[in-house]
Amino acid sequence: MWDYVKLIVLGVIAVLAAIGANYAHDLAYQVNAIVVMLAAGLTFLWVLRHMDEPVVVATNEYNDGVVRAGVIATAFWGAVGFLVGVVIAFQLAFPSLNIPGVEGILNFGRLRPLHTSAVIFAFGGNALIMSAFYIVQRTCATRLWGGNLGWFVFWGWQLMIVLAATSYVLGGTQSKEYAETVWYIDLWIVVVWVSFLLVFLGTLMNRKEPHIYVANWFLLSMIVTVAMLHVVNNLAVPISPFSSKSVSAFGGVQDAMTQWWYGHNAVGFFLTAGFLGMMYYFVPKQAERPVYSYKLSIIHFWALIFLYIWAGPHHLHYTALPDWAATLGMTFSIMLWMPSWGGMINGLMTLSGAWDKLRTDPIIRMMVVSIGFYGMSTFEGPMMSIKAVNSLSHYTDWTIGHVHSGALGWNGMITFGALYFLTPRLWNRERLYSLSLVSWHFWLATIGIVLYAASMWVTGIMEGLMWREVDANGFLVNAFADTVAAKYPMYVVRGLGGVMYLTGALIMCYNLVMTVRAQPAKASQAAAVPAE
Amino acid sequence: MDTYSFLRHFADSWMLLLMTLLFIGIVIFAFRPGSRRVHDDAAQSIFRNDKRPAPAEAEAARRNFKEA
Repeated sequence: MWDYVKLIVLGVIAVLAAIGANYAHDLAYQVNAIVVMLAAGLTFLWVLRHMDEPVVVATNEYNDGVVRAGVIATAFWGAVGFLVGVVIAFQLAFPSLNIPGVEGILNFGRLRPLHTSAVIFAFGGNALIMSAFYIVQRTCATRLWGGNLGWFVFWGWQLMIVLAATSYVLGGTQSKEYAETVWYIDLWIVVVWVSFLLVFLGTLMNRKEPHIYVANWFLLSMIVTVAMLHVVNNLAVPISPFSSKSVSAFGGVQDAMTQWWYGHNAVGFFLTAGFLGMMYYFVPKQAERPVYSYKLSIIHFWALIFLYIWAGPHHLHYTALPDWAATLGMTFSIMLWMPSWGGMINGLMTLSGAWDKLRTDPIIRMMVVSIGFYGMSTFEGPMMSIKAVNSLSHYTDWTIGHVHSGALGWNGMITFGALYFLTPRLWNRERLYSLSLVSWHFWLATIGIVLYAASMWVTGIMEGLMWREVDANGFLVNAFADTVAAKYPMYVVRGLGGVMYLTGALIMCYNLVMTVRAQPAKASQAAAVPAE
Repeated sequence: MDTYSFLRHFADSWMLLLMTLLFIGIVIFAFRPGSRRVHDDAAQSIFRNDKRPAPAEAEAARRNFKEA
């Protein structure tokens, strides 16, 4: 019965998408409509072929299939996102790489949102979904709630990524940084994200542990806050049901403030709270020791939640935003030093008494470096939010360097650690294919980040100083083009840093594939574990 | 008073006080007597049930632990 409802809904969606493609006002909308039509059609066929199959729910097993799919998707989108990043880094260094034949599709302006969304939402998003599904099942000692709803979240998220990517290169955007996706993709994100919330909450409610482990608090706060931020920031009225263009519900400085309230908390909750949830589970697991201080983790959580949401206005210093709002944002950003460093200390000290693991285990080394970068970028960020520093750093490459020391160092490295942790366990393998390849990945990635961050510090501060340099008569000394020319060597170094980071990620992909293919499976669990 | 001024005033007085007290309350609650055992148990919980979900009896056992 339920399958018939699914078939009807999918059929209706496919027909509506076909109608949409026919009446489309713009190319981005048309291509998206065709993608939706194909996705609905394929899902229709899949449901049709699996009609009336008996549903077997193994409540005595975890739902790890969806986590395995998440591991594959995370590794794949990571490599894609880093590759696009390398391409646009070299496009900035060598403008002739904006190839005239594909101008308007593969030039820097179109590829840049593709890069940011691919690494944040495709790589980071899949990492969060897979970790959340893995962690919540283990810490609640119960199977993922909602049957196939977890699979819907996974495939819905992949569809969102494909829609966003095709939309960006064809010019679909609502011109809000990190929220470029147009209105109908935003609606789809809400559907998928609410399903994610339901799966997570349902599993928490079924838990067999009395206490909800702290990693789940971070993950849940990530899911809830991102839902709120996404809905409010994307309030808009489409100009036609057949157009990707929409008009924001807010105007002027209110729109800017809403956008950066969203934008900074996308960093604060998506890329910080969610990944801290990963840290609080994977680091103690890999170190085989409980977290250093559970009390500190509770205080870390609440301090982060109470403070982060106010930090957004520091993106709008010296703009039309009222001065008090900018000062408020700056003050709260500086206060964030405390919980950030508390969390960093908690993560690092989890290794106390087991520091020798740093020598022998390259995975724990990766996690420790990621926590180090978390501490470094959460020191740099508040510093840059101080108005006097911001007047130098804002609009320069320093900001780009800061973002990447957080994203490559903290988010990337902790995700790599999680992937190395999960793959042998999920595929029931003895161990990873090669630990020396993990070391190669570690050093390539670390040196790549150092090259990236250092070159961006140099070029950012240089550019900021050149912009404000005046001669004895008060005239500006440098034209904008002078700063662009002066940045060239640093842009090449940055591109090389990106190449190293990408190479490391490709080595990881190879290592993970070989782990699944070449390693012997562990002896069957059924024989080893008593029925209890 | 217009809505903006009212909300602005409310935000930096009563709301700020409420949130500060709430936060301090949470911190004090985390350090309440007897919390150590709960926290130690929670910190160790990631090392249980790694392979498969807890069976129903274990759930009852955990409940008893909580009440004890």
